[in-house]
Amino acid sequence: MPERRTIRTDYLARVEGEGAMTVRLENGRVEHVELRIFEPPRFFEALLRGRSFREAPDLTARICGICPVAYQTSAVNAIENLCGVEVPEPIRLLRRLLYCGEWIESHALHVYMLHAPDFLGYAGAVELARDERAAVERGLALKKTGNAVMALVGGREIHPINVRVGGFYRVPSRRELQPLVEPLERAREAALETVRWTSGFDFPAREVECELVALSERDAYAIERGRIVSDRGLDISPADYDEHFEEEHVERSTALHSRLRERGTYLCGPLARYTLGRDRLSPLAREAAREAGLAETCRDPFRSIVVRSVELVYACDEALRLIDAYEEPDAPAVEVEPVAGTGYGASEAPRGLLYHRYRLDADGTILDVKIVPPTSQNQQAIEDDLRDVVGRNAHLDDERLRSLCEQTIRNYDPCISCATHFLTLTMERR
Amino acid sequence: MKPKLAVWKFASCDGCQLTLLDLEDELLALAGLVELAEFREATSGAVEGPYDLSLVEGSITTAHDAERIQEVRRASKALVTIGACATAGGVQALRNFADVREFVSAVYASPEYISTLATSTPIAAHVRVDFELHGCPIDKRQLLEVVTAFLHGRKPGIPSTSVCFECKRRGNVCVMVAHGTPCLGPVTHAGCGALCPSYNRGCYGCFGPMETPNTVSLTRQLHVLGMDDRDVDRVFRTFNVRAFEEARGADA
Repeated sequence: MPERRTIRTDYLARVEGEGAMTVRLENGRVEHVELRIFEPPRFFEALLRGRSFREAPDLTARICGICPVAYQTSAVNAIENLCGVEVPEPIRLLRRLLYCGEWIESHALHVYMLHAPDFLGYAGAVELARDERAAVERGLALKKTGNAVMALVGGREIHPINVRVGGFYRVPSRRELQPLVEPLERAREAALETVRWTSGFDFPAREVECELVALSERDAYAIERGRIVSDRGLDISPADYDEHFEEEHVERSTALHSRLRERGTYLCGPLARYTLGRDRLSPLAREAAREAGLAETCRDPFRSIVVRSVELVYACDEALRLIDAYEEPDAPAVEVEPVAGTGYGASEAPRGLLYHRYRLDADGTILDVKIVPPTSQNQQAIEDDLRDVVGRNAHLDDERLRSLCEQTIRNYDPCISCATHFLTLTMERR
Repeated sequence: MKPKLAVWKFASCDGCQLTLLDLEDELLALAGLVELAEFREATSGAVEGPYDLSLVEGSITTAHDAERIQEVRRASKALVTIGACATAGGVQALRNFADVREFVSAVYASPEYISTLATSTPIAAHVRVDFELHGCPIDKRQLLEVVTAFLHGRKPGIPSTSVCFECKRRGNVCVMVAHGTPCLGPVTHAGCGALCPSYNRGCYGCFGPMETPNTVSLTRQLHVLGMDDRDVDRVFRTFNVRAFEEARGADA
């Protein structure tokens, strides 16, 4: 008689969006793994057609309430790329500051409220706060500081109103940025404490093999721009993305899976960014990583929480540097006239590479759009990891195995709203 | 017994429920006053209904969700919709003015895998709603006021005036009069604190139409400021497309 077991979770918690997973085991052998995204599709790529190119940052922000700045930035990058505009350096750096705010907010949310409860055995941060109130308050304070940066530079935390093609509607004076300094200094201390806290969690020994892909800049840890590089020699401009990557529509999912042509599965996000860019972190962030026991590369999805914590240190450090060096731009924005053709843009969303492509006609009407969010790029890698984790842990009872599977998924901080979908977890053992 | 608070998600960006977590200074105090009985973005713990207050984010776009909202209503003593998706169908309601099959084919290589309704509709089109909180996203101070009001059994103090009132109160110079910048402030529901005009930008209507908006008069002014019919259609057809189109239809 073959041994068959069935375990189901219908609605995975502590991720953004709605999704499900199916794992089938027969005699302890993994037969089938499927991450199902059932978040209702909202058809952004379709509804953007016929709109003005100037509307792209506001409309695409609504894809995700957790990382709207990522959408706005990739959108303006793509359109400015097509229209032959390079924004003045002070405007670019102000965009980077806004983006640092989003990294701080999103990473604090994931580390403290979504991910840490897995390691410490709590249902969520509110439950965790009953025993470790100081830790949760530290996380909330960090999150609040990220939001304060977004509210000041972007106008508000969720769906900022101040980002436009060519720059901003209004830019702050040096004096207006000063009230952010002290909270950011405190946040930087809290981020260092976060690294110490998360690096003390218990980590199962684990490494993923797939290719790692991230944006890269020569002199900075890439956030708001960069070339697309990998640990296996890929080094391309965002304009060449479609030549190297392809998307596949998988049945029963409202997200599209991405693959590197002729090379297959890859992973983007904090592990990829750290592995490819560690030497360009600030000295303080590098030192925090070293003290946390991170090597020069990190391929352990469980330790992504430590890498996110290190990136929190970096984002606070970098925001402070940007405020210190800030020069008010001569004008809030440069004029951008539409050009017929196709533009390409990318940036590093908190969860990884976010690629946008727009085709415009001569009056700036959007004709065609392609948007590839990090979670759909990572979906195949998550499934592969899940298959391997289940195979190695088939001896666990159903409850513990299911919880390990959920944690394996949350290691990737999947944003199913972005990928247009959510995860439901179903496990069958035969 | 602490009152039970539930948060439900339908088609949306997750931003309005994130607003609850963005109440960094009040979140733990709130969690001390209510039982967070259902909030999947924040906790894997879930408690059975009935719920004293349900906050509903997102619009109805699938047959399954049309059934699910009925269950949520049955399990909820009070139901409050939060954000433009839940109150007006959201930006995804642009499909209501297009051919949804063509939308599916434009995004997905295998459209037969996708099941979706032809329209995106607000929650109130399906079940009784006790209060609608507008915004794309909602404002966190307003959210706190609504939750507090419902927990105390009083009416939420949410003004239903236009953005112009908030703009005046903030002491802003009118961007439309002084700079000739097109602005939806005169017809848009207050609540954001007149953010866009404070950033030298015209309001783009993310809180949806106020009660009895005069869209005809504003449209005339938008034309005077150089917008053609297509520009005007675009500016009304975003996150609250369904509500603004209804208002424009009533005014026409």
